[in-house]
Parts: sequence; structure tokens; C-alpha cells
Amino acid sequence: MSAILTVSGVNKSFGGLKALNDVNLQVEEGTIHAIIGPNGAGKSTFLNALIGRLIPDSGTASFMGKSLIGQQPQAINQMGVSRVFQTPEIFGELSLLENVMIPALAHADGAFKANWWTNLRDRKAVREVAERELHDVGLKDKMDVIADNLSRGDKRRLELAMCLSQDPKLLLLDEPTAGMSRADTNEIIEVLKTIHAKGMTKVIIEHDMHVVFSLASRISCMAQGHVIDEGNPDEIRNSAKVREAYLGDEADEH
Amino acid sequence: MRKRDYFMLLIFAAIMITLPMWGPLIDAGYPDIMQRFAVFGLIAVGFNLLFGLTGYLSFGHAAFLGVGSYTAVWCFKLFTMDVIPAIIASTIMGGLVALILGFVALRRSGIYFSILTLAFAQMMYSLAYSVLTPLTNGETGLQLALGDARVIDRAMGVNPESGLPSTSILGFGVSNQGMTGYWICAIVAIVGFYIALRITRSSFGIMLRGIKSNQTRMSYTGLAARPYLITVFVISGMYAGLAGGLLASVDPLAGAERMYWTASGEIVLMTILGGVGTLFGPIMGAGIIKWLEAKLSTFNESVVEQALAFLPDSIEHGAAVVVSKFVGEGWHLSLGIIFMLIVIFLPGGVMEGLQRLAGLFGFGKNKQAGANSTPAE
Repeated sequence: MSAILTVSGVNKSFGGLKALNDVNLQVEEGTIHAIIGPNGAGKSTFLNALIGRLIPDSGTASFMGKSLIGQQPQAINQMGVSRVFQTPEIFGELSLLENVMIPALAHADGAFKANWWTNLRDRKAVREVAERELHDVGLKDKMDVIADNLSRGDKRRLELAMCLSQDPKLLLLDEPTAGMSRADTNEIIEVLKTIHAKGMTKVIIEHDMHVVFSLASRISCMAQGHVIDEGNPDEIRNSAKVREAYLGDEADEH
Repeated sequence: MRKRDYFMLLIFAAIMITLPMWGPLIDAGYPDIMQRFAVFGLIAVGFNLLFGLTGYLSFGHAAFLGVGSYTAVWCFKLFTMDVIPAIIASTIMGGLVALILGFVALRRSGIYFSILTLAFAQMMYSLAYSVLTPLTNGETGLQLALGDARVIDRAMGVNPESGLPSTSILGFGVSNQGMTGYWICAIVAIVGFYIALRITRSSFGIMLRGIKSNQTRMSYTGLAARPYLITVFVISGMYAGLAGGLLASVDPLAGAERMYWTASGEIVLMTILGGVGTLFGPIMGAGIIKWLEAKLSTFNESVVEQALAFLPDSIEHGAAVVVSKFVGEGWHLSLGIIFMLIVIFLPGGVMEGLQRLAGLFGFGKNKQAGANSTPAE
């Protein structure tokens, strides 16, 4: 096993607030790596620094040997990093099929291709990928629906399908099950487990310990912008530091 | 789906080809107004590729129209009176100017983009009106002259027997023969419509709609929005340049007023009036505005008084005074009222109105066909 993502010494301040304070993290290839921690611990900020949404004040992040810092978001995605956002970022006015075809096209054609003569319907290979991913998340029968009309849970699934259609090497998931019912959450867990069989590396931010302990093989706990502890699920469950900062007695329930 | 697209193209072609037959029924059977339907329909289709698909509202399209016209007239003056090289050159120039503006203005979006295009169009207007007088002949407008070089025509021995030459296409007269001009405009408009249809349905087109819907998602999906925007901006500028070239082909002169910001505004009005983002809407909007312009602006007080003759004398005069403000020079007042009514009650434009009508009469599935067999011009 080798590290696909290596982050070291990343700092980011907003005014006087130190949102990221010397963050060090290694993600092994092919694992599901969970990041847990209380609200405001800097988890989402950390992901934002990885995908080019914000530039850290200092530190390095290298993905498969290439630096992510200072790259354009589209360049980072083209390197094989996809992200599911906390609030689903989808194309609300387009149909589900179109929603998934856009990322699939980006994967097939690159950041820009003025392919203005070929009918979208003739891109059969891309369409097949899109339909397969919609099927995997259970939205195939709704593929002609306009995305804005979906429920919140379905929007999350749609965004997941959009990311999966790019066959990313690293998938970043920011609370993929927030606001979902237990049944829907379990379904997402199943989807994530299925795609995990394909060997895709995932970093998942999650508050729901049920999800974390069902999926993750490695867990980092963040608090106040810093990684306070890291280990396998059992180690984290029994870590005194993590219990104090975040889990409390919740870990015993799982 | 694709069958439906060919069906739409067929309907549009049929409308353009049969226009000379049913045009007289709406008092629009003469070449001048039919040419304007075709040319402004074309520019609206190109404008809609930008505004309808990406949501970027340009207030600078009249600048490309003007550049196209000047280019075409210079082509006539310097090389040949044949319209084919002229409209090719004006299309290219429209695209080039759009590339320059797009490179600058597309760094911003929303209202800032609109203001940048508006400022650019006003700069182009003032360049044409005064600064570049040697190129544009300023206020008078660029016209043909007896002493023009016309190197290709002279080399080939084509010369008018007397007076100014008229434009031609492969030896057939254009600007002195009404209907030839219309047929050129109509054919170009049909081809332009076909290309716009292809672009809208292409994988390039879906990217543009993605940009309109969620630009954040676009960039985190690995797509560079700016090259897409610049490409479609250039395409839409080429449509406008081509339209300007056609205007100059049927009437070989070019004036700065064609680039004034109200001319850009008119293109925006056409698109919104007809229905943003629909394929037929902008063409219908162009037809409606050009028809109203031709009709309302020619009415004067005596026409209004005649029309109101059924009223009792005591109110007739007062009513005529009020109504006459909305015709003739003041026809823009009527346009403004119509525009406001459409935007308030039919935000989807005339197309939405037609679809609602079609739904009312129960052509749910066939609404496109039902909508467009109604001559909106």
C-alpha cells in the first residue's frame, strides 16, 4: 500500500481564526478514510483546500506525486479527484441523465472540447456510463426528471452518481448521508461498499458514526483545525483524546 | 427526438419559403420587411445561443452587426459587388471583434458582463460615429461611390453602364431586385437556424446549459467554463456579423446608428419577447418587433382618427391625441407596453403563450407543431 494523498503542514487562517492548524494526513490507496470531528473542526475547509476552492496559507498536498496547491479546480478534477458537496451541487434545470452526462463527458473529452456538431444522443458510450451510474444509485427510472424536482436525499444520490461517472481515483465525500433517513443512509452505505470493490480511494467526512464505523478502514479525528488522533476504527473508538473532543460515550453504541 | 428537430427545421424552412405568399395577408409582402424578418431572426437566433444557453446577457451585439455591415460595404467598394465574399468577410469580422470583446468581458459574469459589453458597444459606436471617420464616413454613413476600386470587378470587366453598381450574386442582381435579396436572406437564415439547432443539441450545447445552471459544479467537474463561453460568444458574434453583412448586401450602406446601444437592446427585447432559450421564440420576437416597427411607425394622427371615427365626436379627438402618441415616432411606447405585459404575464415569452394555448386546446404532446403553425409574424 502506498499513499495516494499526502498532506503535510497545511495552515489556513480566516482573519484571527485558525481554521486549519498544521494538518498532516496520509490516505492510503484503495482505502476508505474517514475524517470525523465536531462542527467547526475544519473538515470541510480541509477538503476545500484539496480541491482548489481555497488556497492554504502554507503547507503541501500531493496527489499521486503531483501538487494540488494552487491548481485550478478543473485541473484537480481532471487529475482524478471528485467531490460530493455538503449541499448538493447539481444542475437543477437539467434532467438527471444530462446531469450525469456532463461529468462523464468531462471525463471523456477533457476540460474543453468544442464538439458542437455531434448530437448528445450519439455519445452512446458516455450515455451508457451515465445510465449505469444512475442505476447504481437507484435513480435510473427517474433519468428524465428535472433535477430540481428531486428530494434532498435523491439529490445527494444524483451528485454521487455524477462523481462516480468520472471514475475518480480519489472521491471526497462531505457528509453524504446528512439529513437522510436511516433506510436511505443504509442504501448509500451499500452503494459506497459496492463501488469500494472497484478499488476507488475515498475520503469521507461524516457525523453519523454508524456510517463511519460501517465503512472506514482508517479514521482521523479533527478538532480546532488540527488532526488530534488517527488510527483504525478500534483505536479511534478507544482513544481518550477522541472521546474527550468529540465522541463522548457515543462510540460505545456501535 | 431527432425526428422532432428535423420537423422543426422543416417548419422553419416552410415558413421562410412561403412568407412571400402569406406575407401580403399581414401587409408584409414586400421584400424590405421580409428581409428584415429573416436578418433579425438570424441575429436573434445567434444571440439566443449565448443568452438562452449560457444565461450571459450581452448588450453589445449591435456592435457586431455594425462591424459586419461596414466590412461588407468595404468589400463591395474595394473588391467586388458580389455578396458572397462580403458576407463571408463580415461573418469573420463579427467573430474577430467578438473574440476581442469576449476575451475581456467574459472575465466577469452577471451584471458586470452585461455592463462591459454595453460599454464596448458604445465605444464601437463612438469609434464609428466620429473617431474612425476615414473608415466609416462618420455621421453620413459608408456608401458606395463611382470611383470605388472594385479591383476584382474591374479586372473581370464587370461594370455598370451608368451610375452606382448594385450588389449581385454570381451575376444576378441583388440590391436592385427585391426578391433575390429576400431569398438570399431566407436561405442564410435557414442554414443559420440549422446550425443553431445542431449546437443546441450537441455535447457542446449541454456544457453551455451546465454553465447557466451551476458554474461551481462545472469547475469541480473538471470543465473550464471560460473557453466554452468564449467559443459561444464568438459564434454568436459571427451570427450578428453575418446579419450585418446581409443588411449591407440588400442595401449597400452602413451607418453608425446600427451600433447604437438601443439597437443592442432591441435584440435583447426580441429574444425575451419571443421566448429565451427556445429555438423559435427569438425568431418570432424578431418578426413581431420588425412588423410592429414597420406598421406602427408609419401611422400618423389622421390614420388614428379614421380608426377611432366610430367614437362620439366629443371623445374622439381626445382619444386620437392620446393614441397617436403611441404610433408614428412614438411607436416605442407601444413596444414598451407590449414588452412589459409579456414579461409580467408570460415570462416565457410568446412561445409560452402559444404553448399554453396549445395546452388549452388539448395538443399536449404536439405543442411544438401546434405552436409554430400559427404565423406569429
